Amino acid sequence: MEFVQQVLNGLSLGSVYALIALGYTMVYGIVKLINFAHGDILMIGAFGGFFIMGAFGVSPTTILISFIVSMGVCAIIGIIIEKTCYAPLRNAPRINALITAIGVSYLLENGGRVLPFMGPNPKQFPTFKIQNYNFLGINISQTQIMTIAISILLMALLNYIINYTKIGKAMRATSFDMNAACLMGININRIISFTFALGAALGAAAGILFASSYPQVEPYMGFMPGLKAFVAAVLGGIGSIPGAMLGGFLLGIAETLTKGFISSKLADGVAFGILIIILVVKPTGILGKNEREKV
Amino acid sequence: MKKNRIFNAVVILGASVVVFVILAALQYIGVIDEYNGQLLTLSGIYIVVALSLNLITGFTGQLALGQAGFMSVGAYTTAIAIMKFHVPMLLAILIGGLVAAVFGIIIGFPTLRLRGDYLAIATLGFGEIIRVLMINLGSLTGGAAGLKGIPAFSETENFVLDAVIKFSWVYVFAVITIVIISNLINSSPGRAIISIREDEIAANSMGINIAYYKIFSFTLSAFLAGVGGGLYGIYMGYLNPTMFGFMPSMNIVVIVVLGGLGSITGTVVASVAFTYIQEWLRVFKDLRLVIFGLALILVMIFWPKGLLGNKELSISGFLRKLFKRENNPERTVSQQNGSREGK
Repeated sequence: MEFVQQVLNGLSLGSVYALIALGYTMVYGIVKLINFAHGDILMIGAFGGFFIMGAFGVSPTTILISFIVSMGVCAIIGIIIEKTCYAPLRNAPRINALITAIGVSYLLENGGRVLPFMGPNPKQFPTFKIQNYNFLGINISQTQIMTIAISILLMALLNYIINYTKIGKAMRATSFDMNAACLMGININRIISFTFALGAALGAAAGILFASSYPQVEPYMGFMPGLKAFVAAVLGGIGSIPGAMLGGFLLGIAETLTKGFISSKLADGVAFGILIIILVVKPTGILGKNEREKV
Repeated sequence: MKKNRIFNAVVILGASVVVFVILAALQYIGVIDEYNGQLLTLSGIYIVVALSLNLITGFTGQLALGQAGFMSVGAYTTAIAIMKFHVPMLLAILIGGLVAAVFGIIIGFPTLRLRGDYLAIATLGFGEIIRVLMINLGSLTGGAAGLKGIPAFSETENFVLDAVIKFSWVYVFAVITIVIISNLINSSPGRAIISIREDEIAANSMGINIAYYKIFSFTLSAFLAGVGGGLYGIYMGYLNPTMFGFMPSMNIVVIVVLGGLGSITGTVVASVAFTYIQEWLRVFKDLRLVIFGLALILVMIFWPKGLLGNKELSISGFLRKLFKRENNPERTVSQQNGSREGK
């Protein structure tokens, strides 16, 4: 029972990782950039939820509103970051874009610390009064149900956008071959911006869900989940959307199992240990496609 | 050729001694105060570590994001050797370097299969694992609280003399690191290493043992980073795992890129500049890191090749120009690649 309980906790944590990992993987799939600032988008999203629910109380309506507003705001921030910071570096060496991403991450984290209404100290995130449902000896809280349900809903929505809409088709084409897509009349700049917006919106949703499970918000909160979600993206195969989902769930479960049965201090180490092993055994990840390099 | 090399060696040795004497004397008579002396010492440590990363990233072309991990191994090993086993300081620093080098070999093997971003991610993961390891090996490393009371470079009560001794230790190691890297780069193995950066497949087909040189470069780099870490631990007097997390690793990458990938002098200048800029920004208090982030973005957009690109500042070259010596200057690798487009 303990095992099933931990797997369930893992599913809930993993669904948050999966949502964040989707943002990493989509951006990487198209512009080949490891967007280190993605974790901080999560922080902004969580703060959005914090302000709205702090002002209007916690009810299903305010939760819905905070999701919509946070996701919208973060999508816009995502586009602004892409246009101002990453777009000028699209043809620059890879490491420059990477350092710019670090710069953006510094800027968002510490900008949050400086802003008077955010500040450096952790704040209590408003949540429902915790209610546990018991099911055959397994406890599940309504926050966990909400987390899993909303993530699955969003992933289904994303899947629909990517596979069944025109812009999704354009995204797939761009990620397959940017130049060819451009020649076929796809507006590359628009697609890249859209990808960043989509990733940021998912990140914002993940932020609210993450803050609901660990009810605290602070400017550096996005760093660790961001890094781990990135591991999840690599685990599933970076650039692959089903891979990011699978990787997120696997990593979440691995982490809660470590916490539950081995040591909570080792949980971070396990995530990165998995990362190294998967990179050595199958560098492209579980669902990644192998690319053969030709001279 | 040979004459040229001797001329270079004499000029470099002379210059480093002159610079040392001037800096140490200025510190001793108080023109450079204690605060600036500390900063110069810290810059020296950054020079050692940043050069070690430049060997992997700038010269071998392998993006690594976990250099602070090697530093951490070196720092803890050195500190434990001194505190628990009473090993002499110099020996302890070298042991720290050697243990870090062992980790370099371990992390070097996966790199044979990984390239580009995947390698970057693997090294990042390695750095984090080391950090978690240091937290969990509580009996040896003091866990999350860290190690306190690492003996200083000197036991003198005289602050001025103490600062000068600190500075001398670090300065000597920095110069040795610079000499090791620059000699390596201008030797035959160094050319092999650079050819891996330029085109791995072409280098392989020209008969260069890529696996050997990659691991060699990782091991040497880890050794130097470990030595830098050892110096850092003694300089700080205490150690804890957060000193070697993701952000410190990134700071080293930032120094190397700002100085120019594949430029030794660039790294040296950038290390000093980075230390001082971080200090100057302290006036802005909380805004410090905001400005730092903004500066990183702007520099990358408007100055993408860093300070020196992959060129070098050269004293002997400058002197030759000054005296208009009739010569057939030995074309250095960096000059040959001067026009190379950024990758």
